[in-house]
Amino acid sequence: MARMEDLVETEQEHMRSLALNTFDTTPWAEGPPLSERRVAIVTTAGLSLRDEAAFGLGAADYRVIPAAADTADILMNHVSVNFDRTGFQDDVNIVFPIDRLREMAADGEIGSVADFHYSFMGATDPALLEDSARALAGMLREDQVNAVILTPV
Amino acid sequence: MCGLAHYFEDEGIPSTAIALVREHAEKMRAPRALWVPFELGRPLGAPDEPAFQRRVLSEALAMLVSPDGPVVLTDFPDDAPGPKAEDSTGWVCPVSFPPPPSEDEGPVVAMLSEIDALAPWYQVSRERRGRTLVGVSGMTLHEAARYVASFLDEPVPDSSSPDKTVAQAFKDATTDIMAYYSEAGTAQPGRRSSGETQGWFWRETTAGRVLLDVREKLLEGSDKRLKFVVAKILFPKTQGG
Repeated sequence: MARMEDLVETEQEHMRSLALNTFDTTPWAEGPPLSERRVAIVTTAGLSLRDEAAFGLGAADYRVIPAAADTADILMNHVSVNFDRTGFQDDVNIVFPIDRLREMAADGEIGSVADFHYSFMGATDPALLEDSARALAGMLREDQVNAVILTPV
Repeated sequence: MCGLAHYFEDEGIPSTAIALVREHAEKMRAPRALWVPFELGRPLGAPDEPAFQRRVLSEALAMLVSPDGPVVLTDFPDDAPGPKAEDSTGWVCPVSFPPPPSEDEGPVVAMLSEIDALAPWYQVSRERRGRTLVGVSGMTLHEAARYVASFLDEPVPDSSSPDKTVAQAFKDATTDIMAYYSEAGTAQPGRRSSGETQGWFWRETTAGRVLLDVREKLLEGSDKRLKFVVAKILFPKTQGG
């Protein structure tokens, strides 16, 4: 469905017209076997907890989603006619696969699930996220995270 | 998403990204990306399909220990289970709305009446799903409906909150209205495509019609951020939804 040719023409135009950052470098970090990885989710779905401030348009900050958070308290601030929200409405794991990670940790496929996960706001210029992302890397290290799964919407 | 991957890797944190638009992942050269041929908004494929979701996640995480790289872009081989966005499953919203009020009563009364008619189904949805996405605006649904409809008046109203721009307040109120309708309309489990629920909202509800009228008005206005919200974010690009 996200094959470009499957999108209606206006959506194809929209997707092709987006100004994307390109990078001259190819950073590459490695780690231990998967069974020893501590995994955190970082999403650009604009997720926040019910009692905290909603993301503003084009926000460059991030929200912390504790692994222990009740999924009933997770809201999606990002909205666009370009993507479906009904899947997330039915099942938080379609964007924030916390239950799948727990199953993988229980089965020994990964080492553990991080205590904290994070969300940025979608459709923000990636260049504006650099400072927040680099600061967040420090938080991830503190939580012993050595694998990040990035999920878009 | 791919930009974040660059920054994390540069800081020594290994990452693997799920990519919904292959062309974007190619251009931005994320260190590791699994392209998935799924509907936008559904990076793990389909709701309530734990085995399939786990396959997607396993493939993405396996790339962390791939001997290839830097810059690995792998294609996930299978489509997501369930109806595609454009499929017709025969789904119809089970809610019967009361007859629309007369022209004299105006769009607000009609929308409030519709919201009330949906309330029992919204409760069914909350109980079945155990959650709701309504709550971004901080308003009740009646407040959100009144606020959004007030954009049909002159002048354009102020922000509903001192912490938000008027465009943000409008977006959040509209987001809550759409989430409420979507959850209430799909309170009963069953096969349906995302396109069907979208089409129902925009073509068959008073709220959808009011929002389209608001869109037309704001597109002619002078507030650039409001124009951006209605032209690029919230509203279908055609009147038909």
